[in-house]
Amino acid sequence: MTTTFTKKTLGLETTEPALTPPPAIDKVAPFNKKPKLGASKARKRDIPEGLWTKCPKCATMVFDKELDENLKVCPKCYHHFPIGARERIHSLVETCTFEEMDATMVSVDVLNFTGVASYTTKLEDYQKSTGLKDAVVTGICMIGKHRAALGVMDFSFLGGSMGSVVGEKLTRLIERATEKALPLIIISTSGGARMYEGMFSLMQMAKTCAALGYHAKARLPYISVLTHPTTAGVMASYASVGDLILAEPGAMIGFAGPRVIKDTTQAELPPGFQTAEFLLDHGLIDAIIPRNELKERLIQYLGYLTASQHLRAAV
Amino acid sequence: MKHQLDFEKPILELQSKLAELKKHPETHSIDINVGEEIAQIERKLEETKRQIFLNLHAWDRIKIARHPKRPFTLDYIGLAFSDFNELHGDRLYAEDRAVVGGFGTIGDHRVMVIGTQKGRDTKENIRRNFGSAHPEGYRKALRLMKMADRFGLPIVTLIDTAGAYPGIGAEERHIAEAIAVNLREMMLFEVPIIAAVIGEGGSGGALGIGVANRVLILENAYYSVISPEGCAAILWKDRAAAPKAAEALKITARHLKELGLVDEIVPEPLGGAHADPKGAAASLKSAIVQHLDELVALTPEQRMEQRYDKFRSFGHFLERKPVAGESLEVKEPKNT
Repeated sequence: MTTTFTKKTLGLETTEPALTPPPAIDKVAPFNKKPKLGASKARKRDIPEGLWTKCPKCATMVFDKELDENLKVCPKCYHHFPIGARERIHSLVETCTFEEMDATMVSVDVLNFTGVASYTTKLEDYQKSTGLKDAVVTGICMIGKHRAALGVMDFSFLGGSMGSVVGEKLTRLIERATEKALPLIIISTSGGARMYEGMFSLMQMAKTCAALGYHAKARLPYISVLTHPTTAGVMASYASVGDLILAEPGAMIGFAGPRVIKDTTQAELPPGFQTAEFLLDHGLIDAIIPRNELKERLIQYLGYLTASQHLRAAV
Repeated sequence: MKHQLDFEKPILELQSKLAELKKHPETHSIDINVGEEIAQIERKLEETKRQIFLNLHAWDRIKIARHPKRPFTLDYIGLAFSDFNELHGDRLYAEDRAVVGGFGTIGDHRVMVIGTQKGRDTKENIRRNFGSAHPEGYRKALRLMKMADRFGLPIVTLIDTAGAYPGIGAEERHIAEAIAVNLREMMLFEVPIIAAVIGEGGSGGALGIGVANRVLILENAYYSVISPEGCAAILWKDRAAAPKAAEALKITARHLKELGLVDEIVPEPLGGAHADPKGAAASLKSAIVQHLDELVALTPEQRMEQRYDKFRSFGHFLERKPVAGESLEVKEPKNT
């Protein structure tokens, strides 16, 4: 039987939306109570080296330089700090092989969103603070000996939220991969669909999955890597349909936000709920891979997943 | 009066006045006869209805979309389809009664009809989980749709959900994955697919059965990336700002049609579907049959291509065009 539950009232007014929107950067609190994610960190790094960062997990003070060299992983407790899209790409691809696609694409305020803050202003602020145009960077690259299509999301840009630009860039990447018979890797981190673009954001879920359908039909491999946090609309679309689904240790991964679930069900959440480890135990994730091993493991996986192509080429 | 919406008050007042007058003709005004007065009130009633329903705010329409007396999926199946044969279960874990599906006939078309189902009273709502499906609901829908595709039955989905269920079991059994797989698989079916938002189109939970060749929406239904309350809580830090959020998100049928996100608005009888479920069902039936007629005439390849192109086109963005001599395109290495 499906889970039964009790509700305080008959009405649906306590039910939260299916898609948790991007958490505002300065209010990241819902995720695990780890303070200081994303943008604030990125800004700090611009200050000359010699600064320390306190690990939110083990409270060790780590040299920023050391943290950078260690791919933003705490050298003591292996806590994975958020890592920017550019740094991530740098850590995975062979030097000078990343050919970026659609580097100039930017979001527009299509709904003329009349909220408390202007969407256009928000976009400009984030473009300045992150040096990114939007929340994903895409391109074709070499990883080991494998030519691959790679998309990397960045949480520091509006909570990694998916609007038209994220959807379009990823769809073009997937279509390019299908056309060129390339394996595809998408590294996700996102609070979900971007509210400011309304239904256009929701439709990016269908659009990206549509392209993935044809990529899969062509028997091309897709590896989805989930990093902290990957939730809501992104999790309910391309992030969930990899041939392989990998995750970083400790990453918060889920559909609805924990607070929404708690409010709706009035139940205590199980320990470790919605972490990578929890989802591995519940059968969603193929493997949890520490960041510093990711490249090596991707190369191995790609070797297996493209073996038949080599066979075909050899004949 | 139970389930009365605030903006409906003038209509209900006139209706009760009319009923009273018909019941006790002796109470009519002295200077005109009864028949004339009744005709006058009836004219005024029509005019009031028209005025009110022409000028509804987004938030008013959301209230209509959530009206407990509004026809639900099974009501439309009963009124617009014949010989509905319900089929149960996802063959994996459970039967999710927040999603119903089965064989049915609409006009001359034998189809697979699937929809999210709300309950009208507490007992039924618990059984239907308030119309919010667990992963099993989406997996049942997929099982039925795959069967439809194998045996050449067009698929009709009726959408009326506040969203997929945010619960512990739903997360443990990967509701996000269930929705994502549906999005991918629905794109690859050869049969015609029509999705109609009949009440609430709540985000991913709605889209999970909403990838179609034609997306229709009832006049007073809404379809949104996030509930207005959820949006208000985040952007305005106050759930009471939901009416403002509803306006800003552009989620009414008219807005969605203007933005090109839905194909057709299905008109509801004056006063809303809850005032005349039969009229609403007739209207929905004629729209679905018309689109099915068009879609069955296409080849499977045309239908797949049309569905892909439709969703492919959604999105607005800006790109800097390359100036003369400059190439922003990725250069492909020669060795591939």
